[in-house]
Amino acid sequence: MKTRLFNFHGGVHPEQHKAESNAAPITPMPLLPRYVVPMRQHIGTPARPVVAVGDRVLRGQMLGAAEGYVSTATHAPTSGRVVAIEACAVPHPSGLFDLAVVIEADGEDQSVDMQPLDWRGLDPSALRNRIRDMGLAGLGGAVFPSYIKLNPGAQKIHTLIVNGAECEPWITCDDRLMRERAAELVRGIEIMRHALGCSTVMLGIEDNKPEALAAMRRAAPPEMQVMSVPTLYPSGGGKQLTYLLTGVETPSGGRSTDIGIQVFNIGTAYSLYRAVEIGEPLISRVVTVTGHVARPGNFETRIGTPLADLMAAAGGALPGASGEIVGGPMMGFDLMDLAAPVTKAVNCLIVKNPTLFPPKSIELPCIRCGACARACPVDLQPFEMYWYSRAKNFGHAQSYQLFDCIECGCCAYVCPSHIPLVDYFRFAKGEIWEREREKSSADQARVRHEFKAFRLEREKREKAEKFAKAAEKSKAAGSADAGATPADPEAEKKKAILQAALERAAQARQAVTPKNTDNLPPRVQQEIDEIENRRAEVENRTET
Amino acid sequence: MLAAILVMAAIGLVLGGILGWASIKFRVADDPLVEKIDAILPQTQCGQCGYPGCKPYAEAIASGEADINMCPPGGADGVKRLAELLGVEPKALGEGKEPKPKSVAVIDENTCIGCTLCIQACPVDAIVGAAKQMHVIVADQCTGCELCLPPCPVDCISMQVIKEDVVTWKWRYPIHIMKRVA
Repeated sequence: MKTRLFNFHGGVHPEQHKAESNAAPITPMPLLPRYVVPMRQHIGTPARPVVAVGDRVLRGQMLGAAEGYVSTATHAPTSGRVVAIEACAVPHPSGLFDLAVVIEADGEDQSVDMQPLDWRGLDPSALRNRIRDMGLAGLGGAVFPSYIKLNPGAQKIHTLIVNGAECEPWITCDDRLMRERAAELVRGIEIMRHALGCSTVMLGIEDNKPEALAAMRRAAPPEMQVMSVPTLYPSGGGKQLTYLLTGVETPSGGRSTDIGIQVFNIGTAYSLYRAVEIGEPLISRVVTVTGHVARPGNFETRIGTPLADLMAAAGGALPGASGEIVGGPMMGFDLMDLAAPVTKAVNCLIVKNPTLFPPKSIELPCIRCGACARACPVDLQPFEMYWYSRAKNFGHAQSYQLFDCIECGCCAYVCPSHIPLVDYFRFAKGEIWEREREKSSADQARVRHEFKAFRLEREKREKAEKFAKAAEKSKAAGSADAGATPADPEAEKKKAILQAALERAAQARQAVTPKNTDNLPPRVQQEIDEIENRRAEVENRTET
Repeated sequence: MLAAILVMAAIGLVLGGILGWASIKFRVADDPLVEKIDAILPQTQCGQCGYPGCKPYAEAIASGEADINMCPPGGADGVKRLAELLGVEPKALGEGKEPKPKSVAVIDENTCIGCTLCIQACPVDAIVGAAKQMHVIVADQCTGCELCLPPCPVDCISMQVIKEDVVTWKWRYPIHIMKRVA
């Protein structure tokens, strides 16, 4: 067995605080009257609701279907009635509301028909579709849809790394999972290996969890390497653990799949086992509740459980509590609203008090000591990024590889001036993303505007051409009329009829010439002649 | 002496020839400055700068005819970037050019009579409809230029400010709490 480890640069040793919550076994949460299931629990496009208000749903029934490629489904945590589909409080640093399906439980907890899957004999693509419809997403915190990660695609995956490091202080949900459910975890890892078709499997666990290490070593088959890694934050970062175990660095801006390695959180392996071998979608996860509460521990919590109820299950906050953190103290965020539910991403709820979590120290000027650069596990220069982020000079901040920052918080942890460095980096990243969004919509608007101008021009031209053609045609028709060539036989016939009628009329006119001067008797003729002679005589006289 | 003059003349001719050839071969067809300015402008095509669109304004800036602080949708940030590009001092936005919050136009479908006047006014073809048919604005394509408002004979178009959601939300600038001296 390979035992050599490759230590990454930097890292810190924050106080562990694991003992508070890792002693008691995982406790199942009691059934609650109300669950709030957000549609956006994963990275990518939110799920599209497929139920309507008033519908009766069963445990494990799909509430939201995967929409688009980077997406996954959401399911009902218990049986009951859909009472609302509306914007609800969600665990998000902004405190903004997001679309969720609210379920009122009927207390029967009736389940849909769950079918195990014979994954060994199944086509990998069908297996992945099943995993998508089961709503699986990475439970380590990034909540990337698992079915995409299980698709090796064009890159060949040779190594599967399962992340059981759990390096953040306070959090112990993966620790308890490994201690109590090692056999199931191993079966979940087997499914991952089958889907990816890789030969090597490595499981990295920090050496502050000896019981979990021992349990996994007992359960794991010989070809699965269970490796103890030194306790050093952030050894549970995907790229850090990859380097620790294999000595291969993930390229800047790339993913571990670029180097043929796929990393999964250990919690995801358990959900995968349940989804495939039991047929149960992702409707629950283990969440640590710790800090300033009466009974810290780990709880098997259904997705959609309001955090207030979860806190109550741990005995509630003790007097003097000063707020809650979702996630770990290094990378988590302050909770705005206890009505927000547990989602797939929520692994820990810490209740703060002023002794454990003193209020933020006053920020002092940077003294250029370089402690942040020594602590950075990604070999960045946080102080440089800080200058430029603070000055809102984002181009320069980006040139110091801002986007390789994993926001682990080591730099802010060691900073003697208490500068909230990560806050600056998050701010800068958000601004840069916003600019990119604006840039792309501006580019789109430019193209559309130019096309409109082109279209108007084209329409004008086409109209002019049409007029020109029509004018030419009428002119051509006029000249044809003047010419001798008979164009239309029908018109010619009409013309002939007309001509005939005209001739008949002329003949008729001639036919009616006065007849009272013809065939006169000789006496009358003589009289007329005399009159004519007299007139001629008179005319002759007047002329002369 | 003569040889030197001839050699120098020959070198001059050869180099001149190369320069002449390069000036034709590597000729820049369009004024790249206009393109660069246009890339900074927000492409709302709203005409608030006094020019009929972003490109004409970019051309006016490039020719020195227009000032750089006439574009309200670009905001102070846009002015700053234009100043950086052109190597001039950034200045405040001009009189009456205060930027408004980003909005999209929305048609009230109960009032719309289907006259197509707004469709003709939209600079980015973001309005769908036909004569005596319902018109609708494609929100993703709408630049918020407000050019569809004046032609509407029944005033059924209104501007709605885009609200922040969990996707467009971003971390705020950290508030400095500096230590008070004494």
